[in-house]
Amino acid sequence: MEAKEIYQRLKDAFQDDILEFNAEVLQPFIKISPDKTEEIAQFLRDEDDLEFDYLMCLSGLDLGENLGVVYHLYSMKFNHKIVLKTEVSKEQPNVNSVADIWRTADWHEREAYDLLGINFVNHPDLRRILLPDDWEGHPLRKDYQPPKSWHGIPVTLANEEEQDGANE
Amino acid sequence: MAQTNNFPETRFELEIPDPLKTDEFILNMGPQHPSTHGVLRVLLKTDGEIVESATPYIGYLHRTFEKHAERMTWPQVVPYVDRMDYLASMNNSLGYALAVEKMMGLEVNERAQYLRIIVSELNRIASHLVFLGTYGLDVGAFTPFLYGFRERERIIDLFEEISGGRLLYNYIWIGGVAFDAPDGWLEKVNEFCDYFEPKIKEYNDLLTFNKIFIERTANVGVIPADLAINYGLSGPTLRGSGVNFDLRKNDPYCIYDRFDFNVCIGKGEQGTVGDSWDRYYVRIEEMVESAKIIRQAVNQIPDGDAKETVPRNVRVPAGEIYFRTETPRGELGYYIVSDGGKNPVRVKVRAPAFCNLSILPAVARGTMVADLVAILGSLDIVLGEIDR
Amino acid sequence: MEPILKLFTDLLPGLSQLPYWLLATLAALIAALVLFGFIAVFALFAIWLERKISAHMQDRLGPMEVGGWHGWAQTIADTLKLLMKEDIIPEKADRILFKLAPMIVFSVSIASFVVLPWSRDFIPADLNVGLLYILSISSLAVIGILMGGWASNNKWSLYGAMRSVAQIVSYEIPISLSLITVILITGTLSMQGIVQSQQGNFLSWNIFHYFPFMFVAFVIYFIASLAEVNRTPFDLPEAESELVAGFHTEYSGMRFAFFFLAEYANMFIVSAIAATAFLGGWLPPFSFLDFIPGPFWFFGKALFLVFVQMWLRWTLPRLRVDQLMYTSWKVLTPFSFVLILIVSFWQLLTL
Repeated sequence: MEAKEIYQRLKDAFQDDILEFNAEVLQPFIKISPDKTEEIAQFLRDEDDLEFDYLMCLSGLDLGENLGVVYHLYSMKFNHKIVLKTEVSKEQPNVNSVADIWRTADWHEREAYDLLGINFVNHPDLRRILLPDDWEGHPLRKDYQPPKSWHGIPVTLANEEEQDGANE
Repeated sequence: MAQTNNFPETRFELEIPDPLKTDEFILNMGPQHPSTHGVLRVLLKTDGEIVESATPYIGYLHRTFEKHAERMTWPQVVPYVDRMDYLASMNNSLGYALAVEKMMGLEVNERAQYLRIIVSELNRIASHLVFLGTYGLDVGAFTPFLYGFRERERIIDLFEEISGGRLLYNYIWIGGVAFDAPDGWLEKVNEFCDYFEPKIKEYNDLLTFNKIFIERTANVGVIPADLAINYGLSGPTLRGSGVNFDLRKNDPYCIYDRFDFNVCIGKGEQGTVGDSWDRYYVRIEEMVESAKIIRQAVNQIPDGDAKETVPRNVRVPAGEIYFRTETPRGELGYYIVSDGGKNPVRVKVRAPAFCNLSILPAVARGTMVADLVAILGSLDIVLGEIDR
Repeated sequence: MEPILKLFTDLLPGLSQLPYWLLATLAALIAALVLFGFIAVFALFAIWLERKISAHMQDRLGPMEVGGWHGWAQTIADTLKLLMKEDIIPEKADRILFKLAPMIVFSVSIASFVVLPWSRDFIPADLNVGLLYILSISSLAVIGILMGGWASNNKWSLYGAMRSVAQIVSYEIPISLSLITVILITGTLSMQGIVQSQQGNFLSWNIFHYFPFMFVAFVIYFIASLAEVNRTPFDLPEAESELVAGFHTEYSGMRFAFFFLAEYANMFIVSAIAATAFLGGWLPPFSFLDFIPGPFWFFGKALFLVFVQMWLRWTLPRLRVDQLMYTSWKVLTPFSFVLILIVSFWQLLTL
């Protein structure tokens, strides 16, 4: 199924929660609202003519003002793909979790939470995954400042510190 | 996070209404442990020898690749992607190069395309050989390890000759390859195939069809196909579950559609479809298929200058792409965002081993400690790629 | 004891002047020293052999440098290194048990050497219950292993120790049962007596007795003895890919070396018992080869079995715990019972 048709199917089912469709780019994407991700995901996976059973990738993004989550979906049966995008503000980064629909999302959402601080509502076990549990901040945000040390282990190199000092 | 438990089979509040039940034994497997293939920590709760729950803790090898990539120019990222899955560097950089080329709309020279196929398939064989050896170690057989390394050594020699590196090659560049093949290299590749193909029988005699090995791996850690897809498994781990899915066939990239090869899937010959033995055997069969591809590529390769299309200045137009390739471990996806600048805005890596490992808690429950080692080995994880 | 005493007084007639108790003590001490020397030298040799055998099976050379000829001095150098290493005892370990464990394991191996018959005249002590003595004394090793695993205060060690106890206790049964068939045939428990009852050429060895039943008994004994000495495919107590190093995870230096020496000494002992009980001990395969002294045959047969153990180790993967128990209780033990029945009936019929 082409991206356009998928968009139509979604638009019919979810109306206002489907915000935007862009077919001009390399890989067409559909923008959806962050608090409906779970329902839309369920729909995409369970409808007989869509059957997106494979979540290829779930990435978090820092878009400057906002944080983005991008879902790359694939259907093993129909061999079609679609990209879903959603955006949330940095103050209230709440996105509904899709970990119950595709378990791939479990760890990927934890990673996005860990590195970008996106809060996945209804995630079964939202913990840091790559960084230590007591790490502060979310390093993949563009405005992230690494701490000087962690439990006495220096994190920033000496020359980097000088540079930072010079910039200030 | 006080949320409801949505999929209890992967979470670990096991309740056995047994008045005789005593305390569970909490065991930290790793981060220093011989069979966690690097610095993985698995927190085991065991009841005697039986694993009640296994929770992987990752991140010990986190090198902030994705953050680094945002500060580097496009070609500078290549050596870093080499270091993710250090057993299959060629395949990693191939994926990245293809993704960037697609964004740029760059056509790569024919000869370079063939060279890329040859080196990545050689690297696939090398990676599967390491798997063969370490999997033998995991179940207690030491000798296959050195058998595997004996052949891998020859592949590495070939790589050394063409790229100068033995583990991390920085060979596949955006727009082509770093060096053309030296004189006589392609003949040596053919010779290697002649040498390698009979060795498969040796591995099968020594390990694959060994009664004890079959007892240890057949029916152990069975992953049904639907669960495998839902967890996003890929590569031999997915095919071991009987799913006929190979990106080289189903979503062809590069010039894989020009070659004739089979996709090997698990058939449950010794036990159930999707058990550890199937995952192991798929990899053994894949080595034969890779050798087939290499032979065809060596026969078809045209003359020319492989470096012809390497651009001096890489300028990537604004946009984004998700590009996936089949590495020895499965679907390696790059989600790359560019704003038209010197360096990428975001490089997100969908690491196959990352997804493959996430299924461990679901299959480990109720197995024995020794089985857990066998299952973990059959997933063929590389921590460099999981932690990035 | 008597043959050794006699040997002593023959060599040095002056010694017979000494009081009997002093002479006996001296003789025992010297015999013990000789034994210890033999075990140490044999273990060094066996470790070197294992390295070379494994290397050649794996398409490599193994140690080649130390000592010149094929690295013969490699294990000596390694032992020196182990001797000089710092003696580390984990802080939370049970110090007394921790120190005691390797001693018990090692002394058990030495004690088993007492009844091995090397030739017609040379046997340290020809007990009339020799076989029974060996079976009972070798079970003591499990106490040492359990002690070591428990005292290390390490979860992996404890796992290894538990596995080891379960394994050794289970495999003692098929071992004893398969040796009972030998006792049925020879009618004696004395090691020397067992050998002497196999006089003649190699067809009169116990292994070819009541063919093929005694051969099966030999195979059962051999498999069970692999488990008894923790060799692959039954090396679960050590299982480096699962339990790091099993019961000796926390041991280092000389204490570790004692476990190691004991392992190789035990390999020799179980092979020597097999050689005595099934392969005619120090008897030559053909009677015209009588001029070659007994120790050569005895040592050669035992060494061949040690080689087979190494061969298996570098070929086979490891069993799982439940499969290990299955092999013992549901395969080896019932089969050895059946063998005992068959051999007894055969004995009755041919009386």
